[in-house]
Amino acid sequence: MKKIALAYTLTCTLLLISIWCGVAIGSVHIPLEVLWNKAVDETAANIFWKIRLPRVLLAGLVGASLAIAGAAFQGLLKNPLADPYTLGVSSGASVGAVLTIFFSISIPVVGLYALPIFSMIGAIITMVVVMSFARLVDRSLKMETLILTGVIFSSFLGSLISLMIALSGEELRQVIGWLLGSVSMRGWPYVQMIIPFVIVGSIMLWTQRRELNVLLYGEERAKHLGVNVKRSKYLILAGGSMLTGAAVAVSGTIGFVGLVVPHMTRMIWGSDHRHLLPLSFFNGATLLIICDLVARTIIVPRELPIGVITAFIGAPVFSYIFYKQRRSKGVRA
Amino acid sequence: MIVVEHLSGGYEDVPIVRDISFTVEKGKILGILGPNGSGKSTLLKVMSGILPATAGTVSIDGQNILSYNARALAKKMAVLPQLHANAFSNSVREAVSLGRYPHQTGFFSSWSAQDEKAVQHAMLQTGVKRYEHTPMEFLSGGEQQRAFVAQALAQTAEILLLDEPTNHLDIAHQRQILDMVRKEAMECGLTVVMVLHDMNLASLYCDELLLMESGQMRALGAPHEVLIASQIEEVYQARVTTYAHPEIPKPQITIMPAATDYQQRAVIKKEHFTITEQYIQLQSELPLKTVSSAVHNPGIGWHNCLLNRSVPGDYVISDVKREVKEFLKRENFSSTNTVVMLTAVPTALVAINEFSAPFGSIIVAVTAGVGNAVDVSRVHERQDDPYIGTINTWVIVNGCLSEEAFFQALMTATEAKTKALQSENIRDERSGTIATGTATDSLLIAATQKGEEMLYGGPITEVGKMIAKGVYETTVQAIRNYKNQF
Repeated sequence: MKKIALAYTLTCTLLLISIWCGVAIGSVHIPLEVLWNKAVDETAANIFWKIRLPRVLLAGLVGASLAIAGAAFQGLLKNPLADPYTLGVSSGASVGAVLTIFFSISIPVVGLYALPIFSMIGAIITMVVVMSFARLVDRSLKMETLILTGVIFSSFLGSLISLMIALSGEELRQVIGWLLGSVSMRGWPYVQMIIPFVIVGSIMLWTQRRELNVLLYGEERAKHLGVNVKRSKYLILAGGSMLTGAAVAVSGTIGFVGLVVPHMTRMIWGSDHRHLLPLSFFNGATLLIICDLVARTIIVPRELPIGVITAFIGAPVFSYIFYKQRRSKGVRA
Repeated sequence: MIVVEHLSGGYEDVPIVRDISFTVEKGKILGILGPNGSGKSTLLKVMSGILPATAGTVSIDGQNILSYNARALAKKMAVLPQLHANAFSNSVREAVSLGRYPHQTGFFSSWSAQDEKAVQHAMLQTGVKRYEHTPMEFLSGGEQQRAFVAQALAQTAEILLLDEPTNHLDIAHQRQILDMVRKEAMECGLTVVMVLHDMNLASLYCDELLLMESGQMRALGAPHEVLIASQIEEVYQARVTTYAHPEIPKPQITIMPAATDYQQRAVIKKEHFTITEQYIQLQSELPLKTVSSAVHNPGIGWHNCLLNRSVPGDYVISDVKREVKEFLKRENFSSTNTVVMLTAVPTALVAINEFSAPFGSIIVAVTAGVGNAVDVSRVHERQDDPYIGTINTWVIVNGCLSEEAFFQALMTATEAKTKALQSENIRDERSGTIATGTATDSLLIAATQKGEEMLYGGPITEVGKMIAKGVYETTVQAIRNYKNQF
């Protein structure tokens, strides 16, 4: 229990530090005073309230969503290499978003929410298609089949996006920029856009924390232990898709957060999902806030897409995990 | 109580198990046996609802399991399939705690005292308590297996289905797990259905056995009704034989290897006997199957060395077992490979004869100390202290005897000995009647077990006739040797 308290304390402290760094550091230094004293420096206050804070919050929410979705997918698929990308969910969301940008779709009533809604629709449609196809191949919906199907659809949708980019002229730059992922210049509307989905999706996953623990031992064992495996699976996949869709919609495709964060968290604090899910949530937020900070400060005045930074850290970590996993399996056998 | 009625099912549409019916009463253990691929594990999967049943029902306490939801069923029935460690790390305690999943409900349900008790009990019973905080992947296969058994026990269900719970376990842990299952069954009324590969363990621990053959029931009943050599041979296509467990009234089974290196022709001859002042020894190159009432290594066994040891008349008989062991050690004999008899007669007085017969030959060796001969019909009138003064008879058969033949040979040899005493007019000093033997006679029948098996050993058979003649003549000779000496 002591260890768990320490885990939460450390994680939250790190998050608060990263938030403070995120809002304070930049071309203009923002003193902490602006929080309670607007009169200090009006420019600084404006930068703080209108630019930095929404940006940091958005980065945090996106990171948190991707990380908790990744943790849940990895648990469900019993595969430390699984994340929203492996299942094709991210690609589906991207297709939805690219289509929206490509055709400049706008729906009067939902207005601002058109992008996340189409993104999520893309994510959910992909999920449904992947699931139905996997079921067609193998009625019991085995995890291996699901991952393989996800990979197949992921590459198909990826090529679809490439095709649209090739066909587009003017919109090209915007779509590519969006695909690389960024949380810059989004402002409060985007924060409002993602918040409801983050809350609902996270709660859906949180209700399945004990089921995820049991599912680690396989679906059959989970069934023996009394888990309603089908319902659990649907809830986890739906919750994860929702979070992924929303994250992709507001920030584009930001890779590796969903993979690296749950894995690091698991290595340090253990794989009990009752704690793994919330800890991954907070750590995901921390990581993305820091990555964004690096992205916008490392080669001032230019700004790097955040996806570049996460992939830069993520790829080596991914390789290390892969190497270690294969090695330990080889030794065991 | 679990009732299975006409159950069929399996993968896809072709049922792998067909028309299985049985009932296991509360507190009883049913063992499922069968060759690889006979559908044992599939049957457990259909019973636990992992695979669909195409026909038939499984009911617990009279209620079809289909009417339970997953959680309610998990409270009634715990299942332990053959497991493998998973990709992520769990401590043993965390793994065992998952067994409490069906008992935890609600959004924020907490760990109750009852949950804790069940987990502690399960860890203690399976002996994994001391690894409590060790990650699962650091445990050996056997320790993991025990942790999984603990996980199933922590479910505190009334019915437990186990798929090879003794997989990866050494015999000490096999015994520990099965003893524990048995104890839970007897004391807590746990109903158990388990798949076992080891027929001997199944026989020892199960109340009933179900023998499967290509997805169907071949036999169902008490272990002695199912473990019949001919039936097991047919189902497993392997030569086996059954024998009784030394302590438990359950049959045991053993395979008969198609061993080629034991097929040499072994013949015991008179020349193989060595006589020293201390003992008469027969050293055989190949082990002999012996049935005897000897002092050391009596009963049925396989031995290379037979000893008839001459000891002084004042030999202290009360500590004989220990003394004989020390003697063997002193003289460099193998304690496990040597049968020892004791006699007060000097070794020079032994009579050894070889008799040839159509099947081979027999050798009889007798030392006859008839100083204290008794009439067995009058011994109830006497009260003697134990003493050395015996007729020790060895019959070595160059041939193969069945179990029946061995015991008939014992009878035949005894009768022949009695007849020898009669014709030599040896009398019971007390009663004055003709003696039948001494009060401490010993007899050994040994056979090389080569050649065609001889089913019977009574006086009507070739071997029986030869034993009768051989023992009679040799005993007469030995008695005369003794008489001439004293």
